[in-house]
Amino acid sequence: MRRPVLDVSALPPIAYGSRTTIWWGVLGLIAIEGAALALTAVAALYLRQNFMTWPPYGTPPPGLAAATANVVLLALSVWPMYVADRAAQRERRLPVIIALGIACVFNVATLALRGFEFAALNCWWDDHAYGSAVWLLLGMHAAHLVASAIENVLLLALVVKGPLERKHFVDVHVNALYWYFIVAVWVPVYVLVFLAPRWS
Amino acid sequence: MSAELAVRDVDDAATRAALEVTWAPPRGVLGLLGTVNHKVVAIRYIVSAFVFFALAGVLALVMRAQLAYPEARLVGPDLYNQIFTVHGSTMMFLFAVPVMEAMGLYLVPLMVGTRNVAFPRLNAFGFWIYLIGGALLWAAFLLNVGPDAGWFAYVPLAGPDQAPGKRIDVWAQMITFTELAALVGAVELVVTTLKLRAPGMSLNRVPLFVWAMLVTAFMVIFAMPAIMVASTMLAMDRLVDTHFFNVAEGGDALLWQHLFWFFGHPEVYIIFIPATGFVSTIVQTFARRPIVGYPAMVLSLIATGFLGFGLWVHHMFATGLPSLGESFFTAASMLIAIPTGVQIFCWLATLRSGRVLVRAPLLYVLAFVATFVLGGLSGVMVASAPLDLQLHDTFFVVAHLHYVLIGGSVFPLLGALHYWLPKMSGRMPSEGLGRLTVAILFVGFQLTFFPMHQLGLAGMPRRVYTYLPETGWGPLNALSSVGAALLGVAVLLFVANVAWTLRRGARAEDDPWGADTLEWSTTSPPPAYNFVHIPVVESRHPLWTHPSPRVVTGLRIDVREVLVTDAIDAVPDHRHMLDGPTLYPFLTAMAAGIGIITAIFTPWGITVGVVLTLPPLIGWFWPAGEAIAGTTREKA
Repeated sequence: MRRPVLDVSALPPIAYGSRTTIWWGVLGLIAIEGAALALTAVAALYLRQNFMTWPPYGTPPPGLAAATANVVLLALSVWPMYVADRAAQRERRLPVIIALGIACVFNVATLALRGFEFAALNCWWDDHAYGSAVWLLLGMHAAHLVASAIENVLLLALVVKGPLERKHFVDVHVNALYWYFIVAVWVPVYVLVFLAPRWS
Repeated sequence: MSAELAVRDVDDAATRAALEVTWAPPRGVLGLLGTVNHKVVAIRYIVSAFVFFALAGVLALVMRAQLAYPEARLVGPDLYNQIFTVHGSTMMFLFAVPVMEAMGLYLVPLMVGTRNVAFPRLNAFGFWIYLIGGALLWAAFLLNVGPDAGWFAYVPLAGPDQAPGKRIDVWAQMITFTELAALVGAVELVVTTLKLRAPGMSLNRVPLFVWAMLVTAFMVIFAMPAIMVASTMLAMDRLVDTHFFNVAEGGDALLWQHLFWFFGHPEVYIIFIPATGFVSTIVQTFARRPIVGYPAMVLSLIATGFLGFGLWVHHMFATGLPSLGESFFTAASMLIAIPTGVQIFCWLATLRSGRVLVRAPLLYVLAFVATFVLGGLSGVMVASAPLDLQLHDTFFVVAHLHYVLIGGSVFPLLGALHYWLPKMSGRMPSEGLGRLTVAILFVGFQLTFFPMHQLGLAGMPRRVYTYLPETGWGPLNALSSVGAALLGVAVLLFVANVAWTLRRGARAEDDPWGADTLEWSTTSPPPAYNFVHIPVVESRHPLWTHPSPRVVTGLRIDVREVLVTDAIDAVPDHRHMLDGPTLYPFLTAMAAGIGIITAIFTPWGITVGVVLTLPPLIGWFWPAGEAIAGTTREKA
């Protein structure tokens, strides 16, 4: 049957950025996790109203060394992730492997630092509501780091070994988007958990 | 490279044959547990939600039997607490939100003219995780471990000191399951709506139901994290001795209420906005004219979506918050009546100016308008802080919330199911039985809930398992219980109509109601791939305005390829391959389920969950290494 058509066969089978569905999916994930983190931060500020001092008397403010080092480390980690992102968009395998590999090292290092950060909180989660709030905030961000570490390592393994398809470059690309989010939200979490207790 | 307009020979039969093979439903175990067809998943969702609806309805009948006369001894106070908590929790978390999202997951891909949801495997995962959560709540209830602190689980009543045992932990983890499922569904709906629309369906041509689901999905994305955070804090207070809600250690009981209602109030609109989508669709079809004020309708939906987040404190007027703050929330609560009012006037104007065809779905809508307006008016009453102080925790509130939730959502939902049943099943429901159902439903509803206004004004508190004869509340309660029995009959009639339709109903044509949206352009029921050709949309009412539309060709038909378009104007952008059936989403849900349920008993459940979900997750995402060189395309 002859009929008017819209022939889409010349359209590309792959795209990057906001053109793709997965980019929007990751954006949805970021919105959800960002909202959860923001509400937790608001809850911490709400609980703060119940305290004469923050941290409460008898609890020293948290140590800054590990957390501040992590600010620097996470900021630096944006660079290899960005390189991997760009290389993925040009669909070049070897640069992706190298840059993503370096990003994985950064990710594992930030997790190691996170251990010291928990120790530097100078309290336990069951000491008082202050302890509960700072442990939860730091723990939520740590959960993102763990999830991302698993994702980064698996993605690296896939790019190195797996039957690589073009769509996996899109995965590397949106994985970078998620990493930028984790780095960006670390700044307010750092301010709230580590700096704010020194201001009161 | 771009899409090309042309006139070509199109071989429908060959295309259909190839699509049948590519999109063939899996058989056996894979068919049972591995399907990723959005229609199959959505129908499972809808059926499950209705099973939970029926179970929670039975609990409602037990409560009405207990309250039918003073000092009844059918159930004791402890069981009664579990019953009203499980009733409310089931209706909100296992029925209302899931069933609305499920309707969206069934209809949105069809209405926007694509072959499946954006992430088919994630969609299947969402369903399984929801089902586990529902099974958890009901298994616990049958084992006498049902939660008993009300559906909003206020602390300190739900805290570790006042509620020892595992009842509240079951509730908190049921929340984890259902919120995961709701968030998954929301992301599916947003991305499918924004990126998989048929070419030409720019945002100003999107059907109002799809708009409603889009707004709902955005609300889910920003509201559900609040209950996620709150229930996590509650579970931690109970399991690892944190102090978020423990006043003695600087915690705060009101923090729970703020977080809960920051979710809980938008939740009401998450349930109500899809219903407005049903109503707009049904009104437009049976008034046989385009809806009056499409832009006003869309803006009202969006306005409701935003305002819905500014009302939560009106649930907390009785907590002694500063009056200045309360007055802001009173104002916002009254403000939200405006966009809803705009929608109601648009519907009435459409009906008034249309050539109305009275059919059962429209009768459901008329029942909705009458009932919902009453519920809205009692809402404006309780939005006023001084009056709310008087009515708080009385049966007046029970009456109000059932008017808006049953009248506002369940009536349109039942109408919508009657309306889309021909598409879903391929058979026509009984019109006579449908009309009878609406009549009994409406009368039963008013009999059940109208007297509760008066009971509340007379001082009857909610959530009491019985009352004394001297209170004088007996007669109205008896009337209410008779009404509840009628409501039960109406639901049975509805189920009977569905059963009759599936067995005996006349074969449905593609578009039996003469509607305008794309789902009616394909067969009833639709094939697994929805459309032989992705349509090209040239107006807001594609089936009314161009009988012989242009179609899309050139998509691959040997793999599950769909067309991705631009988010605003739906200009064709690129082709995209969707994933096929697999068991991994089911296995991942099972693994996560074991972890989350273990977390009721020990914090190590989180670790268990992460370790167990890792292998199926890897299986899910690791490529099967299929040859992707093939390029069988539809001849064009």
